[in-house]
Amino acid sequence: MSTLNLTLKVWRQAGPNDPGRFEVYEANGINEDMSFLEMLDVVNERLIAENKEPIAFDHDCREGICGSCGMVINGVPHGPKKLTTTCQLHMRNFKDGDTIVVEPWRATAFPVIKDLVVDRSAFDKIIQAGGYITAPTGAARDANSILIPKQIADQAFDAAACIGCGACVAACPNGAAQLFTAAKIAHLNLLPQGQPERWSRTVAMVDTMEEYFGSCTNYAECEAVCPKGISIEFIAKMNRDYLKAKFKDRRAVVKVDMTEAAG
Amino acid sequence: MTAAWRAHKKGAYFANPCFTQIHPTCIPVSGDYQSKLTLMSESLRNDGRIWVPKNPNDTRPPNQIPEEERDYYLERMYPSFANLVPRDVASRAAKRMVDAGYGVGPLKNGVYLDFKTAIERLGRSVIEQRYGNLFDMYENIAGENPYEVPMRIYPAVHYTMGGLWVDYNLMSNLPGLFVLGEANFSDHGANRLGASALMQGLADGYFILPTTIAGDLAPQLNTPVPSTDSPAFREAEEGVREQINRLLSIKGSRSVDSFHRELGKLMWDYCGMARNAEGLKHARQRIAELREEFWKDVKVLGEGESLNQSLEKAGRVADFFELAELMCQDALHREESCGGHFREEYQTPDGEAQRDDEHFAYVAAWEYCGPGKDAKLHKEDLVFEYVHPTQRSYK
Repeated sequence: MSTLNLTLKVWRQAGPNDPGRFEVYEANGINEDMSFLEMLDVVNERLIAENKEPIAFDHDCREGICGSCGMVINGVPHGPKKLTTTCQLHMRNFKDGDTIVVEPWRATAFPVIKDLVVDRSAFDKIIQAGGYITAPTGAARDANSILIPKQIADQAFDAAACIGCGACVAACPNGAAQLFTAAKIAHLNLLPQGQPERWSRTVAMVDTMEEYFGSCTNYAECEAVCPKGISIEFIAKMNRDYLKAKFKDRRAVVKVDMTEAAG
Repeated sequence: MTAAWRAHKKGAYFANPCFTQIHPTCIPVSGDYQSKLTLMSESLRNDGRIWVPKNPNDTRPPNQIPEEERDYYLERMYPSFANLVPRDVASRAAKRMVDAGYGVGPLKNGVYLDFKTAIERLGRSVIEQRYGNLFDMYENIAGENPYEVPMRIYPAVHYTMGGLWVDYNLMSNLPGLFVLGEANFSDHGANRLGASALMQGLADGYFILPTTIAGDLAPQLNTPVPSTDSPAFREAEEGVREQINRLLSIKGSRSVDSFHRELGKLMWDYCGMARNAEGLKHARQRIAELREEFWKDVKVLGEGESLNQSLEKAGRVADFFELAELMCQDALHREESCGGHFREEYQTPDGEAQRDDEHFAYVAAWEYCGPGKDAKLHKEDLVFEYVHPTQRSYK
């Protein structure tokens, strides 16, 4: 086990309307087995000892499954390791003497709250527009009575792996949220339970996305940084469903078409 | 935790806090900077085999230790359930092996969880399909490839089975306060199985509450909702403000995290996988002292008007002190071993949990009596009409 001496350039910003700046911190004696967040914990403890306010950053499960953490590390959301959230990025991926630049997600739709913490509630707005099924409560039917081909179940699962961290938006030159929205739409639209609301869901979620985020121009930067490896194929699926839904709109504006839904 | 604890301090009973789930399949401690001992899913025990070297001084890498020099101790001690014994049994067995000097890894503080046999039997691709994400996660954290080298695991505390006391309608003893999911105590009893967070969330939220809450709400139709000017709301708001100002004005010398770590260590040492009366008494005293020190010497920088994560953490740790004290009180009063509560004084000759159904077949629901004071015990007897408790055996 070896230790690293690092120089951190960290974005500090007191509040949403305050000007931000980079502060430089020496982070010496960092254990290579630490995660990036544990390294920041250590730096924060040292800052507190010097009566300086610790660096604010979001975190929760620290197991790569909650989607809370995320920062731009040396220009790349979640840092240099593929398919890895910031909390699962370990310091052995860095070299002794490295300078590491740490910034919050940069996107108009994600205003900075403090330091590395951004407001991602625009994602919630998209989910609220249709990221659910309106199943009635009461006795549920036997799960095995709805057969789902493995291929479809796998695809739905791949889409459902999205943890909503926002790295896709942070990586996109347009600040677009297509990958997130497409994943959330696909994981419901692929499954039988998602069919009744398929078309209204797609239109509602895409339209809400457009209110907050930029437009997709197929850079595919999102796919490159996604810690869960969500494929941009889902964006194609979303666009197709959106187009189909819009044609249906011409016949019935809000009505859900049950015959189509079954197909 | 915060919401449940604040409700407890306003009169809701807190039930069975001593029953603590210890998770047998966590990544072992590697240093004091660790923010958590990551839980590897329990499902790994379906195909993984747990072992330690027969020779405690064996320094060979695991793959060079031949079969006959390995002790698959769960398979040996519990032939019928083997690697699938319940969590508390698997955890205590691992602790026994490590305490006896058979631990593996640089700090000799883990046991092997080996997939070699499963990979030979099922092929790597099947194992990858089943556990690929967990294996990746392990490799990220431990820096070792579990397809080739056995994982190292050790038990860690996961969860207290306790929670706010509720009746069959999921209502607490405070009329109108319903408690769902893991915040209540109801579904797990003294032990807890896999996927129970999901199970309880679904059972409570999807099946029970929709039919029980109506009975409470229906008679209140058209009753106006109290405004934020009501005295009760004002009082609660004032209480929160007071606590925030108090925490910010202490300006002491120790960070919130340093208190949290010390508290956690105390709980692990004295109210963890195995407890005894002496240790619990010591822990209660130390926790009370540490709590007092916290309120005199904690250092919370910044202000209360904008996002302040240290302040938020300080509020939580303040609650943790009180919960820890209650856990110790409950553990001390329950003079038996049962599920996730193992009292060293109460075990069978071969080291298994020894229950005392005659004296302790009840839910212990505790009433908050003020800061630093003993909580008051209310008992709800457990009546078994059809299935009667017996001594477990996994042998």
